Amino acid sequence: MKIGVPAEISEGESRVAIAPETVAELKKLGVEFLVEAGAGAAANMSDEDFKKAGAELTSDVKAIWAGTDLVLKVRPPAMNKKLGAHEADLLKEGGAVVSFIYPARNKELLEKLAARKATVLAMDMIPRISRAQKMDALSSMANIAGYRAVVEAANLFGRFFTGQITAAGRVPPARVMVIGAGVAGLAAIGAAKGLGAVVRAFDTRPEVKDQVKSMGAEFLEVDMKEDGTGTGGYAKVMSPEFIKAEMALFKKQAAEVDIIITTALVPGAKAPILITKEHVEAMKPGSIIVDMAAEQGGNCELTKPGTVTDVSGVKIIGYTELASRLPNQASKLYGTNLAHLLKQMEIQKGLNINLEDEVVRGALVAHQGNITWPPPKPKTDPSAVAKAQACPPRPAASAEKPKEKPACARNAVFGLAAAAALLAVGLYAPPAFMAHFTVFVLAIFVGYMVVWNVTPALHTPLMSVTNAISGIIVIGAILQISGPGWTSWAATAAVLLASINIFGGFLVTRRMLKMFRK
Amino acid sequence: MENTIQQSGLLIVAYIVASVLFIMSLGGLSNPETSRRGNWFGITGMAIAIVATFFHPQVSSCGYGPIIAMVAIGGAIGSVVAAKIAMTAMPQLVAGFHSFVGLAAVLVGVNSYMAGAGMTGAARAIHETEVFLGVFIGAVTFAGSVVAFGKLQALIRSKPLLLPGRHLLNIAMVLATVYCGYLFFGVENLLAQGIPALVVMALIACVLGVHLVMSIGGADMPVVVSMLNSYSGWAAAATGFLLENDLLIITGALVGSSGAILSYIMCKAMNRSLVNVIFGGFGADEGKAAAPGSEAAGEVVATTVEEVACMLQDAKNVIVIPGYGMAVARAQHPIKEISDKLRASGVNVRFAIHPVAGRLPGHMNVLLAEASVPYDIVLEMDEINKDFPGTDVALVIGANDIVNPGALEDPSSPIYGMPVLETWKARTTVVLKRSMAAGYAGVENPLFYKENTRMLFGDAKKSVDAILARLQ
Repeated sequence: MKIGVPAEISEGESRVAIAPETVAELKKLGVEFLVEAGAGAAANMSDEDFKKAGAELTSDVKAIWAGTDLVLKVRPPAMNKKLGAHEADLLKEGGAVVSFIYPARNKELLEKLAARKATVLAMDMIPRISRAQKMDALSSMANIAGYRAVVEAANLFGRFFTGQITAAGRVPPARVMVIGAGVAGLAAIGAAKGLGAVVRAFDTRPEVKDQVKSMGAEFLEVDMKEDGTGTGGYAKVMSPEFIKAEMALFKKQAAEVDIIITTALVPGAKAPILITKEHVEAMKPGSIIVDMAAEQGGNCELTKPGTVTDVSGVKIIGYTELASRLPNQASKLYGTNLAHLLKQMEIQKGLNINLEDEVVRGALVAHQGNITWPPPKPKTDPSAVAKAQACPPRPAASAEKPKEKPACARNAVFGLAAAAALLAVGLYAPPAFMAHFTVFVLAIFVGYMVVWNVTPALHTPLMSVTNAISGIIVIGAILQISGPGWTSWAATAAVLLASINIFGGFLVTRRMLKMFRK
Repeated sequence: MENTIQQSGLLIVAYIVASVLFIMSLGGLSNPETSRRGNWFGITGMAIAIVATFFHPQVSSCGYGPIIAMVAIGGAIGSVVAAKIAMTAMPQLVAGFHSFVGLAAVLVGVNSYMAGAGMTGAARAIHETEVFLGVFIGAVTFAGSVVAFGKLQALIRSKPLLLPGRHLLNIAMVLATVYCGYLFFGVENLLAQGIPALVVMALIACVLGVHLVMSIGGADMPVVVSMLNSYSGWAAAATGFLLENDLLIITGALVGSSGAILSYIMCKAMNRSLVNVIFGGFGADEGKAAAPGSEAAGEVVATTVEEVACMLQDAKNVIVIPGYGMAVARAQHPIKEISDKLRASGVNVRFAIHPVAGRLPGHMNVLLAEASVPYDIVLEMDEINKDFPGTDVALVIGANDIVNPGALEDPSSPIYGMPVLETWKARTTVVLKRSMAAGYAGVENPLFYKENTRMLFGDAKKSVDAILARLQ
């Protein structure tokens, strides 16, 4: 099994599909590597490193494409201007490629590859299920891009991110709004937060609220209930009313924040426009917009993919290769994702395509000359399951309602009974009793007021101290102790019992209260 | 009215001061800072009341000897018990003490019946009603407390005793007491006719008290104990009416309402009504009936001491949820040391207390305080529930029903609607438990089957000690 790794040819692309560490790891399985000389140079990986890891190096690009069983790339195969040939045509007939493909956007490329009877695995089509997380290159790249988006913004932003009070005056913190709290959005929140900015985030999927909060950002919401959860971890397209409310929110935020980072992507389609010309104009001069969806058209109306545009003082960053701007890190993570996929496919036994494997089937976009994209729907949609679980049991609310009436009736009965009892007492009881009764009722209310103020932590001491003071019954017994005959004995016994209570109760309370310390 | 106490102005003043001190004593408990002073108020009030009563003209000099002797003996017994008792045995101590108040109320009631000879008309009717009610409440309190003590001390099995037709039995006993009352009122000869009726009624009331508490399961013990606390207060108040003594009435009413509020708080924490707790026999039949519907699906993942220790070290936020199991295993001291270790290395460790954790209101707070856990990191359910999503490890030690997600998610669960600590929202929940047995409510706990739950089986004390050793 021989694997070829050519250098990336797209402009501005600094990544390489494999890192020396990954080469060494896969070599242990008995896989040979043919790497183009200088392929890792832009990612600070020298030819020397690759050699040491056990790869063979060559300058002959054609040999890599035609002479290996499998070619690993980052970007989709494209026109190689230096050789004057398309990479798909350089691939040997019946060969295999693993790279990002974006089949929805690159139908022509897919047909071209199919014509070469190629087997093509698209890293961007790895299903987003928990088992496949270690191969999810989209997530690892999004994580890097989210971080880099903040760094790019900081680079062009004329102020600190963190608020400071210095001898030279007060520095307000930068305010950052992140739209879309997917992997990239969360990474951007983390990076911006780490630099000290005040971060708020918006997403149409309510379940990411906790994730946003856990990163330390504020979660913005529109005043409207609509669940934007779509399939595969993406958001769905929202209703016009919702979008209108959303736009109003963005306009308000645009005037307040210094930096907007947008990450909204819809799989297989053009990115939605979220920041209009009007919003950009509402922003303060010196503000920054980082449009992470630039490659798919951009979330901002004014984004020019690939460059920075200045619209009356607001800089709109439209870089399409943010992850590539951290080439070393990105190459290592991408290489590791690839290695996990190859190990899963048991690459040491040759290129076996197991169509039963959900991960492989998802990533497979062309097989032996046939286009196999889009893959059949997966049996269970993990997000749908999650949604079903998250649904609170509704019937509870309706079941409670009918209960109210009997309770109300019961209260009324109690009230009437109490009133009747009071009336009877008032009519027949002698005045001496009434005086005590007044004291009794008032004491109950005093007790009620006082006891509600007791902190729950001290409920046990409350019980023991009330226990001790209920030993006050001792005074009743003391008064009877001089009574005739056996009543005096009974009173003596009562004094004993009550004394145990008084001493035991107060002392044990004291012991407990001593232990409560800050 | 011969027995009307000739209360001098001085005595009344002393009683007023004592009443105010008692109220301040309860008021002091609103905060741990002021609580110690509050206890002193209570002690002072009691001393004033006793001394003032001692010099009452009704107490003749021949009574001084027995009073001093009995207070000394009783005081010694009480002091020794209070000093020796383990903090984990607090529930049974409180229950035991309640029984004394109940018995004293019965004795004083019978005595004052005899002293009331010669009364006529409405005064007599009222006096007899007071005697009857005082003795009834006292007897129920006494017998109920004894049974509660036995259950908490594990002398009697804590499973509810459910006799067939137990509600009818209760009603029959109440009717029997009413019949005794009919025999009791307005008799000619107090000693020959009145006393026997009163004693028979007291015995029936005892049986009623025993039966009421016997039919209540272990999980409901906090409610029972606070209810008996309330009864003991009402018994004292009834005695106060009997003796026309305002101090007894005030104190009894304070204690009675305090116990009633505690019972109410406990019931609310379990989402049940008081009636349901007293007559429910909960935790036996209902629990089993619902079990098939709520069978928990999934796998139980066991973990090791090493793994738990690592998790705790790597965590930023840890919440410890103690339950009755911690009290039984007496694991509060090593847990405190673990929390010290983790806090020293910068981990935010807090304790979450469910209102009905343990067998007594506030039971867990007392145990943690005994182990010198600072009270400002011990939080109530409502304060801490919102913090679980940001928590790395929730450590459940010997708690079960109070962390049961079924209470929120499964309408068929018998504890559905009871507020619980939502530990499953933490990143990982570690449950220290002896076995997979159900909790006191007898309900399956789906928490154990959750994906992010790890079970550490074994005696809580041993497991906690082992974790502590790992951390050192």
